[in-house]
Formats: sequence, structure tokens, C-alpha cells
Amino acid sequence: MDLRNDPAFLRGMTHSRRDALRLAGLAAAGLTLGACGVQGKKAAPPEKDAVADYWASKKQNGALRFANWPLYIDKDGKDYPSLERFTKDTGIAVTYQEPIQDNSTWFGKIQPLLAANQDIGHDLMVMTNGIQLSRALALGYLVPLDHAKLPNFAANAAEKVKNPVWDANNAHTIPWTVGVTGVAYNPEYVDGDITSLQELWNPKYKGKIGMMLDTQEVANFAMFLLGIDPDRSGRSDWEKAAAKLREQRDAGLVRKYYENDYVDALVRGDVWITMAWSGDIFQQVAEGKNLKFVVPDEGGTIWTDNMCIPKGARNPVDALTLMDYVYRPEIASMLVEYINYITPVPATRDLVVAHAAKAKKAEDRKFLEGVAESPLIYPSEADQARLRSYKTLSSAEEKFFEDLFQPITQG
Amino acid sequence: MRRLTPYLLILPGGLWLAVFLVVPMVFMASVSTQEGDVVNGFAQTFAFSNYTDALARYQTQFLRSAGYGLAGTVLAVLLAYPVAYWIAFRGGARKSTYLLLVLLPFFVSFVLRTVSWKFLLADDGMLLGPLKSAGLLAADFHVLQTTTAVIGGLVYNYLPFMILPIYVSLERVDPSVVEAARDLYASRAGAFTRVVLPLSLPGIFAGVLMTFVPMTSDYVNAAILGGPANTMIGNIIQTEYLVNNDYPVGAALSFTLMAVMLAGIFAYARVLGTENVLEAAAR
Repeated sequence: MDLRNDPAFLRGMTHSRRDALRLAGLAAAGLTLGACGVQGKKAAPPEKDAVADYWASKKQNGALRFANWPLYIDKDGKDYPSLERFTKDTGIAVTYQEPIQDNSTWFGKIQPLLAANQDIGHDLMVMTNGIQLSRALALGYLVPLDHAKLPNFAANAAEKVKNPVWDANNAHTIPWTVGVTGVAYNPEYVDGDITSLQELWNPKYKGKIGMMLDTQEVANFAMFLLGIDPDRSGRSDWEKAAAKLREQRDAGLVRKYYENDYVDALVRGDVWITMAWSGDIFQQVAEGKNLKFVVPDEGGTIWTDNMCIPKGARNPVDALTLMDYVYRPEIASMLVEYINYITPVPATRDLVVAHAAKAKKAEDRKFLEGVAESPLIYPSEADQARLRSYKTLSSAEEKFFEDLFQPITQG
Repeated sequence: MRRLTPYLLILPGGLWLAVFLVVPMVFMASVSTQEGDVVNGFAQTFAFSNYTDALARYQTQFLRSAGYGLAGTVLAVLLAYPVAYWIAFRGGARKSTYLLLVLLPFFVSFVLRTVSWKFLLADDGMLLGPLKSAGLLAADFHVLQTTTAVIGGLVYNYLPFMILPIYVSLERVDPSVVEAARDLYASRAGAFTRVVLPLSLPGIFAGVLMTFVPMTSDYVNAAILGGPANTMIGNIIQTEYLVNNDYPVGAALSFTLMAVMLAGIFAYARVLGTENVLEAAAR
């Protein structure tokens, strides 16, 4: 078990064992395994002119295949107004698909193709900062961005979203939207205003508390409760956090560790109080549901969904063009008015206010005013001060982390 | 040429199995003894400790899955037998209509059928809501995220696989055999237990094979209807492959599951009688 983590030992072992395997006449199996991408390889550190080398021979092809999450772009019946405008302005036709439901399953699907240097069928995709995105970066699966072609990003992106810890200088990714993980509750069953994370451990709500399946999400919340900053946390902090979560689970407080389906459970009344993503709750409230969302006093998690170009993309120039295009404030405002998560373009707020003033129907005006006023979309300074990211984990830490938290959410 | 014909006939099917079953199995067997991680790559080190480690870590889920599979199978037999019996002996001219009704749920996706339970059984849903407001159930009573819900979902989803083979074996029972038993002074119950039931055992056997195996390795029901204490081994394997990208542990767990189930089935065949497993399954 200890030896397993020792790279020198592993390397020494690997070669002789692999030779033995060949001698045993299983070479064919070994070769196919290689093709299957089991033999991942850490990417070499990027060359100085990796950007220039990559982009030198690339040309605009007039086509773009965009992979995104469901309900994550403005939609009018069957049309996507912002993409149509993009096509009109640039002549690039977009094939828009929504195949991403979850970072881990998405990465599981594309990883073998990327490892084999093949086209994944999409030129642009959206992934959350976290374990899978870090893996994709470490494995060199993402194309380095040519920032000379991203002037709108440079001019209009909020300073806060630039140069994130997981991708220095936005070398491979730029944000699509930003969201907050906080606490949502149904005032019908929960008395008074909830402000503390402690409520997720309140025996009063036994069996009616929802937590998230994602290990980084639950770990962050337990750390907030214990007053630990996830960014500065280490193994002993995680052990304490795990103990706190185990206590909550063993007491029968947790109804289920949810994926995206927590929203339905909350709306149906299966859970009364739950960890939640800001935009989901905003959309439900806009539809008239009686739900509330708070960033707890102890802290909340801020995460970013990032646009990136997978290695092997056929139309990288077209992808880069769209990445910059959505940073035009008028386009970004079209997106935020529909998506209702935090936009990386602060200048949209004035535009949303202007759109509200021009709105013909009263309900549209009310909705747009709600967007501009919402602390879930334009969070206050006080809220932002309480928000923390996920900890960026090295692969050794990741194993320790997952072995610690997964048995809790998936026991 | 004529001597070659049978071989030529099995060639497409044989090739299909070789390419899509045998090769991946060899693969997975190899992966299951490798070590490493997805970023640095996996290397073959013949680490059989993957098996013991995985088993030690997930024995709870293994036992739980076996328990759920067993409970689900027994329930399925109890529910399916009367249905199959009724269709076979009382179905009359509409037999095929009743069989179609049994198969009808398959026209809707497996996941969708399971998800619909969430709406039916929601805490304040159409079923529990009225019972609660009438005071017949405690306010905190719930079905979703319990063992009952998972086993119920398993039985519901795999019931037709139990009904059909039992029906086929009962259908083959010649009614004159039952008449003969009655003529020889067997009571109705005696005729059933000593004539009909033994004749339908191959059907039960096949039905158990077709339901116990998929129930035990199922993960959809536990994921949708289960709670924190209902995780099955299928969920763990899925997580190891798709979330952790820990292919060796995932492969080791899959092989262990396969081995345990094969051993269980052969033991079951032994206990049930002299029936040859393959022969019984082929009926």
C-alpha cells in the first residue's frame, strides 16, 4: 500500500513486468489496452510557444460543434437566439448539443478518445473546475488558448474570474458561468429564516435533509462548519470534516446524497432543507415555487463552469471565436437573462436593467428586474467574501480525499 | 461443403461473441491486476491484492446486493407463479393478450418506469399524502430511500422475466395429467404439489436465473429509489469506473461479482436436484 505511492518503485517494477507480460504471449492484449487509453500519460510541461505552434496552421472552417449542459443557454422555442446572432455575425454555423449531465460521467466518456488523440465529436465543451478538469489539464487534453484572439474576454471579464488557481492565466479555459453552492429550504416546512449551516445537522429535520453526492461539495460544507478554509486545508482537516459528515449520516439525518435530482426532491417535499446550486433555485422561484436560497454565515462554495477546447477538435478557431463572442456584454446579457447563474461579465447588469425598462409585458419586466436585483446572479460583496472554491488536489491527495469521503456519500 | 455448413452458420455469431465478449473479458482480466492512476497511467504488476483490497472495502455492498437479489427473487417467484398459472390454465383464448400485457411495461424505458415511482411514492405525493392527512401514517413515514423501495423496484422491473419462463413450463403441462391425478384420488392441492409444481420447476429455475443475476448487479434502482444505506455493488463499480477512473478496482470488483454469482448459481443447481444448469437454462 505504501509502496504503491512510490513512483520510483513503480517505475522500476513496470518495465520488467511489462516485458514479462510480452514474453507470456499476451502482447496483443497489452497493445489493445494501450489503444484503450489505460496507459494515461502526464502531459509534458507546456512549451514556450505551444500556443503559436498550435494555432499557426489552424483556419476558420465555418462550423462549430458545441457540447454544453442542459438548460444552459438562451432558448426561444427550438432556436438559440444568441447562437443565431453569432452565425449571422461570423458566418460560423453552430451544432449545439447538451450531452453533459455530470463532470465525471462526461470525462469517463471522452477520456478514451482524448487519450487516443481522437476527435470527441465536439469542438467546445463546458466543464466545472474540480477533479475532472484538473485531470484533463494534467493529461494535456485541452488546447492552449490564444489570448490575442480573446479581446472581449480581456476587456469585459470580471477581475475575479481571471487567472483562477486551477488554470493559471486562463491558459486553457475561460468561464461560461459561475455558480454558488449554498443552502435551499422550503419555508412551508422550515420555520424562520435559515442562516447557518448548523441547520443541516439539526435533528429536527431528521430524514428530510439533502446533501450532495459530489465529494468536494460535501467536504467543503463540513469544513465551513468547522471553520476550516478549504483552500488551506490538509489531510487532518479532511479527516475532521469526514467525521462530521459521518456523524450526520449515522444519525439518519441525511435523506439522500443527491445529484441534480435534489431540486425535484425539494419541490416535492421529500427534503425540506438541502445543499443547492444557486441558479436551480432561482429558476424554481421564477416559476412560482416557494423556496429560499441562502449563502450560510459559515460560508458557501463558488465554482466556475469553464469553456475549453478538447485536443483533437476539428474547428478550434471557430470555437475560440465563440468563446470571445459570448464576452460581448449584449450577448452575455442574453445568456444571463436565461441561465440565471452568475455571469462573468459584470457590465451585463446595466443592460438587463435597460431590457427590463423596455419590456412590453409586465411579467417580463418583473422577471428581468428580479434578475438584475438578485443576489444569486449579482452577489453582494458581503456574500462574495464568504465564498470559497474547491481545493485543487494533487493526484496523491485526490486518492486520499476520495477514499475518505466516498464511503460516506456512497456507503 | 456440407460438413462445413454448420461451422459457417455459427461463424457470424461466434465472431460477434469473440470480438465483443471474449476480447473485452481478457482486457478486463488484465486491467484488474494493474496498478496506477489515470493521470500517470496503469501498469501491469499482477497486483492480485486489488481483489482482496476491493473485497475488504466493499464487502458490505456485496452482501447487501446478494441479500437484495435473494429477497427480490423470492418475492418475484411468489408474485409471478399465480400470474403464470392463471394465464396458462385459465387464460383461455385470450392468453396471448395477457402475455402482451405482461410485456407491455417494456415499451417504456427502464429508467423512466423507475423514476415514475418517485412521483407516486413522494413523501407528500398522491399515495402517501392523503394517507398522512387522514392520520393513517406518521408524518415522517416515507417509502423512498428505504430498503423496501429498492427491493420493490427490483421486483417490479424484473417480474416479467420470472412470469414468462414459468408460464412456458406450465403451458407444457398436459391437462390430462392433472385429470389422471384427480382420478387416482389426489386432492386438488395434492395434484398441484405432486404433479404440476414439479413439472414447472424448470421454469422456476430459468426464471430465478434470469432475475437473480440482473437484480444482484442492478444499480439503477438503488440510485433512484435508494438512500445512503442502500448502495449496491453495481453503484460502486460504476463509481470506480466513471468517477474515480480507478479501472483496476472496478475490474476486480466486476470479476469478483461474476465469480460469486456463477458459484452461487452452480450451488443452487446442485441443491435443486440433478438438473444440469445449461440444460435447464436452455428449456
